[in-house]
Amino acid sequence: MGKVMLEVNDLTTKYITRYNEDVYAVDHVSLQVEEGKTLGIAGESGCGKSTLALSLMGYYFPPLYYTGGEIIIDGRSISGMKPDDVRRTILGTEIAYIPQAAMNALNPTRRVINFIEDVILAHDPTENKKFIYELARASFETLGLPPEVLQKYPVELSGGMKQRTVIAVSVILRPKVLIADEPSSALDVTSQKMVIKMLKNLMETGFIKSMIFITHELPLLYNVTDDIMVMYAGQIVERASAREAVFDPLHPYSKGLMGSIIVPESGLRDVKLTAIPGAPPNLKNPPAGCRFAERCKYVRAECRYTNVALYDAGPGRAYRCILSEKVLRDCYEHERAIAA
Amino acid sequence: MSMNEPLRPSAPPPQVGPPPQVGREKQTCLSGTGVTKLFGFGRTKTLAVDHVDFNFHEGEVISIVGESGSGKTTLAKMLLGLISVTEGDIYFQGQKRDISSSRKKQEYWKNIQAIFQDPFSSYNIFSKIDDVLLDCIRMRGGQRLPKEEKVKLMTEACSFVNLKFAELTNKYPFELSGGQMQRLMIARIFLLKPKILIADEPTSMIDACSRATILDYLMKLRDEVGMTLIFITHDIGLAYYVSDTVFIMEKGKFVESGSADAVILTPQQPYTKRLLNDVPKIYEEWDLSTV
Ligand SMILES: Nc1ncnc2c1ncn2[C@@H]1O[C@H](COP(=O)(O)OP(=O)(O)OP(=O)(O)O)[C@@H](O)[C@H]1O
Ligand SMILES: Nc1ncnc2c1ncn2[C@@H]1O[C@H](COP(=O)(O)OP(=O)(O)OP(=O)(O)O)[C@@H](O)[C@H]1O
Ligand SMILES: [Mg+2]
Ligand SMILES: [Mg+2]
Repeated sequence: MGKVMLEVNDLTTKYITRYNEDVYAVDHVSLQVEEGKTLGIAGESGCGKSTLALSLMGYYFPPLYYTGGEIIIDGRSISGMKPDDVRRTILGTEIAYIPQAAMNALNPTRRVINFIEDVILAHDPTENKKFIYELARASFETLGLPPEVLQKYPVELSGGMKQRTVIAVSVILRPKVLIADEPSSALDVTSQKMVIKMLKNLMETGFIKSMIFITHELPLLYNVTDDIMVMYAGQIVERASAREAVFDPLHPYSKGLMGSIIVPESGLRDVKLTAIPGAPPNLKNPPAGCRFAERCKYVRAECRYTNVALYDAGPGRAYRCILSEKVLRDCYEHERAIAA
Repeated sequence: MSMNEPLRPSAPPPQVGPPPQVGREKQTCLSGTGVTKLFGFGRTKTLAVDHVDFNFHEGEVISIVGESGSGKTTLAKMLLGLISVTEGDIYFQGQKRDISSSRKKQEYWKNIQAIFQDPFSSYNIFSKIDDVLLDCIRMRGGQRLPKEEKVKLMTEACSFVNLKFAELTNKYPFELSGGQMQRLMIARIFLLKPKILIADEPTSMIDACSRATILDYLMKLRDEVGMTLIFITHDIGLAYYVSDTVFIMEKGKFVESGSADAVILTPQQPYTKRLLNDVPKIYEEWDLSTV
């Protein structure tokens, strides 16, 4: 087992809305990411992926609040650290975050080099501009971006180039962990591939040590990650290797999710997609018992009141369901047989 | 790392599909020759759609696939009669399309409808859900129906997409969740029963599960109404999954077209090959060295 770069234990965080209601968006989440590895997070819109990303950086600004749990980056606990200190000493050097749609949120009146100055000066206000420029040039070269880009304004860059620039700026201080939230979603396939190639390259060139990758595009997630965590209504419902998560999911929700994958590959045209009926529960008032019970085909009476734990299912594997692995697999096999 | 391991689960054996339909002659419902759209003049000219020819049949599911800016939405707008055609002709049911007056346009729109990517942008914030649905009934000539009859139709349309009309009545569309709103959009089409439905990126930006739900409804609707379904998408996997016929669009031109199996499994054009090569898959290795 490699060195653990990021460890999160029992992290729970919530939003407090304007009407003073609590929204439990991250509920007792634990995870580990080892050096050299990429962890993927899957789950439908609103399940808490982006909130988890902010939470595990210790980035708590209203309306997001920490309520419990531990965050350890490369052996150092940052739980309880003040958000302003996080901004100064963690962001960019320990963890870097590329938010969803970041490339469309760049200040249009500033050049790329100015964004790099911002990142570096936020960390060390005494750094001189000449040094920053040299560092930026060298980094861009290693990452395969033309140095002319440093002098460009965001509007002068194509979508793919803009996103690769955002990534290069984010990792300029060589953070240990990079969190990429839907980094290639709005791009054409070829630009997407270039962005992914660059992300993978970051680990080889030593810019980052491990990565968390968030996307709702499952074939992409499968190709980019080593392990996948499936989230549902603020909780982890399954964790497995990328291959097991996609080809042998255990939790009924993961099973449904993976059954909705569409790829242009021979034979897959005739496979029926699974659509999960209904909608996820409201996180202001999550149901007792299993949160997926309402939509689950295999629901039993006790699911609605039993507080379901995350069961260990072998190395690196866990799932949150009261049914045993065997029962679940039998259910899936039975359905497959009927469909065939 | 899943990518580096040589051992991959093997793909399911190719299944034998239903035999090609014989006997029932497929009727052309929408076709075009040399359809072109030029935006702007002089140096700012954009040839958004460049002399495309097509022949869409009744009940056929078609996908028009292309990258951003290839002209897909522009073509969709011409088909819908929302923007003028610079050059070329569009034929509806064998006749040259005539939408020269507003009455003729209204008549045309009974036959061809569209749903767009963002369900939120498709509704007027001042109309209640009842009005949205009543409008559809009116368009189908049902304005004189007794109230109970209208409620019955609306209830039926809502239940088609698993919504309860009783819970929606008197609400505004913005009170619905994104998923409910998308389903309401399909309930509208259920009432309108157009001959042709154009779905412009109906499933981008949503997660795989909701996408499966929407596709399910659209295919069910196609079977019920017998409509022609035209998907406009950049998702070549979606095109493969849903369509009978696929058109690949590059810079305003159709560069390749044919049955979904032919275009996707044995592409002939370099552009199609590149698109297919660049999209991440699950059985076949995604080769990052090609970019
Ligand atoms: N500022 C906020 N105040 C209150 N609730 C919020 C806020 N931001 C997010 N939420 C709620 O927290 C939950 C988790 O949201 P989050 O954005 O983390 O989901 P996500 O999984 O990233 O979704 P997506 O796939 O759409 O990006 C949702 O129910 C959302 O409505
Ligand atoms: N109203 C307009 N005026 C001028 N140019 C336009 C107009 N609408 C579209 N264009 C141009 O026509 C070309 C095709 O645009 P279109 O929106 O049809 O592409 P698309 O294939 O739908 O792309 P996307 O996948 O991004 O939706 C683009 O170069 C676009 O900038
Ligand atoms: Mg998010
Ligand atoms: Mg478009």
